[in-house]
Amino acid sequence: MITKIDKEFIKTLAREGKREDGRAFDQFRDLKIETGFAKNAEGSALVTLGETRVLAGVKLSVGTPFADTANEGVLMVNAELGPKASPEFETGPPKEGAIELARVIDRGIRESKCIDLEALCITPKEKVWMVSVDIDPINDGGNILDAAGIAAIAALHDVKIPKLDEDVRPIFGTNSGKLKLRHIPIPVTTFKVNGALVMDPDFEEEASAEARLTVTSVEGFLCAMQKGGESNFKTEEVVRAAETAYAKATELREVVKQAVGL
Amino acid sequence: MNGTMEENVESAPAPMDPGSVLIASNKSIVVPGELIAKGVDFLPGSGTYKEAGEVRSKVLGLVRIKSDRLISVVPLSGQYMPFAGDGVIAVIADVQISSWMADVNAPYVAFLSLSEGVEEYVDLQKSDLTHYYDVGDVIYAKVLSVSKRKDVKLTMRDRMCRKLHGGNTMKITPTKVPRLIGKGGSMIELIKQKTGCHIIVGQNGLVWIKGEKQDLAAEAVLLVERESHVEGLTDRMTAFLDSIQQVI
Amino acid sequence: MSEEHKKIIVGDRRPDGRALDEMRPITAKAGVISRANGSAHFAMGSTVAIAAAYGPRELHPKHLQDPVRAYLKYVYAMAPFSTQDRVKPGPSRRSTEISEVSRQAFNSVIFLEEFPKAGIEVFVEILQANASTRCAGINAASIALADAGVPMTDLVSSCAAGKVDGKIILDVAGEEDTEGEVDMPIAYIPRKDEIALLQMDGLLTLDEFKEALELAKKGCMQIHEKQVAALKERYVRVASEIAKKGPVRESAEEVA
Repeated sequence: MITKIDKEFIKTLAREGKREDGRAFDQFRDLKIETGFAKNAEGSALVTLGETRVLAGVKLSVGTPFADTANEGVLMVNAELGPKASPEFETGPPKEGAIELARVIDRGIRESKCIDLEALCITPKEKVWMVSVDIDPINDGGNILDAAGIAAIAALHDVKIPKLDEDVRPIFGTNSGKLKLRHIPIPVTTFKVNGALVMDPDFEEEASAEARLTVTSVEGFLCAMQKGGESNFKTEEVVRAAETAYAKATELREVVKQAVGL
Repeated sequence: MNGTMEENVESAPAPMDPGSVLIASNKSIVVPGELIAKGVDFLPGSGTYKEAGEVRSKVLGLVRIKSDRLISVVPLSGQYMPFAGDGVIAVIADVQISSWMADVNAPYVAFLSLSEGVEEYVDLQKSDLTHYYDVGDVIYAKVLSVSKRKDVKLTMRDRMCRKLHGGNTMKITPTKVPRLIGKGGSMIELIKQKTGCHIIVGQNGLVWIKGEKQDLAAEAVLLVERESHVEGLTDRMTAFLDSIQQVI
Repeated sequence: MSEEHKKIIVGDRRPDGRALDEMRPITAKAGVISRANGSAHFAMGSTVAIAAAYGPRELHPKHLQDPVRAYLKYVYAMAPFSTQDRVKPGPSRRSTEISEVSRQAFNSVIFLEEFPKAGIEVFVEILQANASTRCAGINAASIALADAGVPMTDLVSSCAAGKVDGKIILDVAGEEDTEGEVDMPIAYIPRKDEIALLQMDGLLTLDEFKEALELAKKGCMQIHEKQVAALKERYVRVASEIAKKGPVRESAEEVA
């Protein structure tokens, strides 16, 4: 929990155009990406954003497609806000926060069409690849969502698809090639703190924010958006947030590209 | 008692039993279970326990030996445990009919009754207690009492006690509070003087800072948090504060 | 269905080249999660655990509060991507049992009576699994608890012995785990010579059991050294960084 005077302090700074750690409003903390972090995952990435650390792991299995998309593989994104990452998180089934986090990242990836789901079909109507992306925050230093989105896409780029045996079962630890991806969708969330639009907040700034807007984009397009928080944005603010988020995503994408060897 | 006094020629108050051996040296880092000393002459102080004639550490911390006999370990980490008389910075967590509950950064929520919280007469029919302290407000209070079962009571009936306005708060490891205050308040006075900030240090590890250079004061506090276990802290602090003053 | 059993251990050589009584390489680090009160990363070979410790803190739900001592909570979980097949998140019968036996392993070493009504909570997650995950979890939890400043009589150390191709070996891993005859994880308090956890699956003669136990204890003692080093390293590191910067002035140090 944040105290009133600390909230007040952060809000006053924001009104004066300042942040506690001296960053510009649209300035991210240092972003580091380490792929291949979890060796038993088909793909993984550990993202460090200042104090925040999020691990994403991808598991591949073979399953039956949904009837309405019989020629497509299945993408699933799941997130757990476990108590190791923050004194505010609890055990138990995912609550609203974790579910929203997973869904925002899921839509960013899905709507960008970066994964060719048809290419994940093994035998139509019968067997397809099931791609499970699990988001695992290690330390909540604020802005888990952007870190998680970057971790997810970096982990997907790290995926090595296993070979299949005669019974169409994956052979663990083998590599038949990388998962093919077309784009790198990057979520960038803008937080409204006392009217100022701030990016990549630490956890105190995040706790002081009245509203947030996540904009996921690929080169040339915005692909998903989500507004959250108790307060609202003005039209002008939404447009500015989208523009800044798009520009910021372009910067961050370069870091991802480098990390995944593109 | 056959005197083997060689080891303690300078200060040994009394000869030691030949079975008494000091294993860990003063100021060394020890972990839970680590053997510090054995023998009848050594007494277990805070942060230690004695079992089968051996004094061992309970915590990760620094060994402190007093009068060559009393062994304690100053923890390098850990939570605050309230103690009667402590001055603490508390955050109001709930307002009830005639009392407040406050978070004192401890495993136990503290209780502040109306009579201990406010000096003036309050007519509960007419008055809303949030007028005095509301949820999220920060106060400097004294721990009035702690029962065996850890019921913690606070009081505002002390010269320094008040609601804090403005500035901001930070948390340090509560076990490092004595180092932040320094001998006779020397360390905190140094920081106050060189930064010109108002600073209140709660025994519970919360620090309230207000002033133009509060970010510098905060950095100085963090220096204590990070480096207090390494010798020469006062000198490094002076150097740090002087270097900052030159820049400004 | 009687297939000729293929030997995993040839002579005294194990699949990964280790000797029979050799542990996998161990790495341990304290203080890896800044928002937890204490934390640790512990790896034995490719089994990797991370632990966060909190408390003593106010315990919820309230009915768990014990008026005379702190309640110790231990949660063991596997990351969904930590194994060959994805692990479904949330507690399972297996993880619930492991959490419980691990909690019991710590119960005797923590000074719980100093904190009536409070909660001391450890959350362990296996990031990568290759046998002995509960052991890696306990080793990480031990460091995390000490890092959090929780008073304890001792650190708890844990590793497994096993039996593969009729031979008693230390720290079962890889195909030794899937193909082996016996896996026996223990948690051990070296100073007191106390076994705080013991589980065994498979067939062992009494002599083999004694041999396995001695071997596992030997492993725990090696782990104990690594745990101690990890805890001290965190603070020694700061001192050496300061030393590198050079002395500020001749020290006339005060005593706190």
